[in-house]
Amino acid sequence: MKKLDRKEMAARVARDIPEGAYVNLGIGLPTLVADYLPKGKDIFLHSENGILGMGPKPPEGEQDPDLVNAGKEPVTLLTGGAFFHHADAFAMIRGRHLDFAVLGAFQVSVAGDLANWHTGAPDAIPAVGGAMDLAVGAKNVLVMMEHLTKSGESKIVERCTYPLTGARCVNRIYTDLAVIDVKPDGLHVVDMVEGLSFDELQRLTGVALKKTAIAA
Amino acid sequence: MIDKSVASAEAALADVPDGATVMIAGFGGAGQPVQLIEALIAQGARELTIVNNNAGNGDAGLAALIAAKRVRKILCSFPRQADSWHFDKLYRAGGIELELVPQGTLAERIRAAGAGIGAFFTPTAYGTKLAEGKETRRIGERDYVLEYPIHADYALVKADRADRWGNLVYRKSARNFNPIMASAAKCTVAQVREIVPLGALDPEVVVTPGIFVKRVVKIAASLRKAA
Repeated sequence: MKKLDRKEMAARVARDIPEGAYVNLGIGLPTLVADYLPKGKDIFLHSENGILGMGPKPPEGEQDPDLVNAGKEPVTLLTGGAFFHHADAFAMIRGRHLDFAVLGAFQVSVAGDLANWHTGAPDAIPAVGGAMDLAVGAKNVLVMMEHLTKSGESKIVERCTYPLTGARCVNRIYTDLAVIDVKPDGLHVVDMVEGLSFDELQRLTGVALKKTAIAA
Repeated sequence: MIDKSVASAEAALADVPDGATVMIAGFGGAGQPVQLIEALIAQGARELTIVNNNAGNGDAGLAALIAAKRVRKILCSFPRQADSWHFDKLYRAGGIELELVPQGTLAERIRAAGAGIGAFFTPTAYGTKLAEGKETRRIGERDYVLEYPIHADYALVKADRADRWGNLVYRKSARNFNPIMASAAKCTVAQVREIVPLGALDPEVVVTPGIFVKRVVKIAASLRKAA
């Protein structure tokens, strides 16, 4: 079995984003998805700080401190892009206008609960940003994360032990081992990395998986 | 003749009292009115309640105000960052109160204040720690959390250009919280790159109409570069 690396995970998510989609990519791993979106197709990237039609990072020397993404990194604006204020940016999110939000996660539960903002550690300084708005607002919430923690525990769990970002909000999970749909009747495996059997994935994951959605 | 321009950032903020609630616009460095914040530090008001998306970056601007121990409480969505060391240190020492608000709820609470809305129900944060103790309601098929507006005594905003009536236009993603904060405070002070004659701003592209702005300060290019 060969696990996907971060770039391969990003490319796998990008494959599922159709032309015309309005998409918000979370900070960190999800930001990489932008690099793998098909060239020549119109896909609209949204940023919480008031950008639609966000483009790639500028070449060295052409950064503009007034043009940054949600991670406060320099970006560009595509021809046809637009700027707007923060309340409008979140009206787009909360008002169900975004087709996809791609978010990182600490844990996702069988019911689609998402935990990605707080480890619950008593000395941690909490920070939430726009994660809770994206979790409830986007039409499709896609989660991108490693399948297992560093100590080998499944990040797909029966119930989240970390504080929730949103309840029953995740639609699909992309890990370095598999793609899994979250449906009312449970978790459906869509595909797996080469060399990984369903039984092995089931053993690693711990919670019940269904295999009926796997393409023959 | 009405001319809202003020000679200096110091003059524009001379009357900020101790205990005031001050909105500071910007998202990280973009759209952050650094020279107004520096004037607020020099002015000396204490026990401030600050509303910003973050809790300061690096050592300048909002971070410097926090480092100077002038902030009693901060409302923000994302205090913890790689370069938020001044806030982190003070918070761990119990020297600053934090009200953590999801970013969209923060924006809407500010917008609601400016629009005269008494409260609103939002689906954001339902079922999470950040909704604990708050009133909830099921409306149709969804669950919502009741949130109240955030009013401020002062809003410090940064725009690209203004005229003497206080109409403002912004630059790129430096717009962010600026227009909504401008509407939510009793006294909005705008620092701008340029003050242009009336009529020079295309009325079709004015983002913040002058009714929301009390004072305008032009910041010299040399000062802006230094920040």
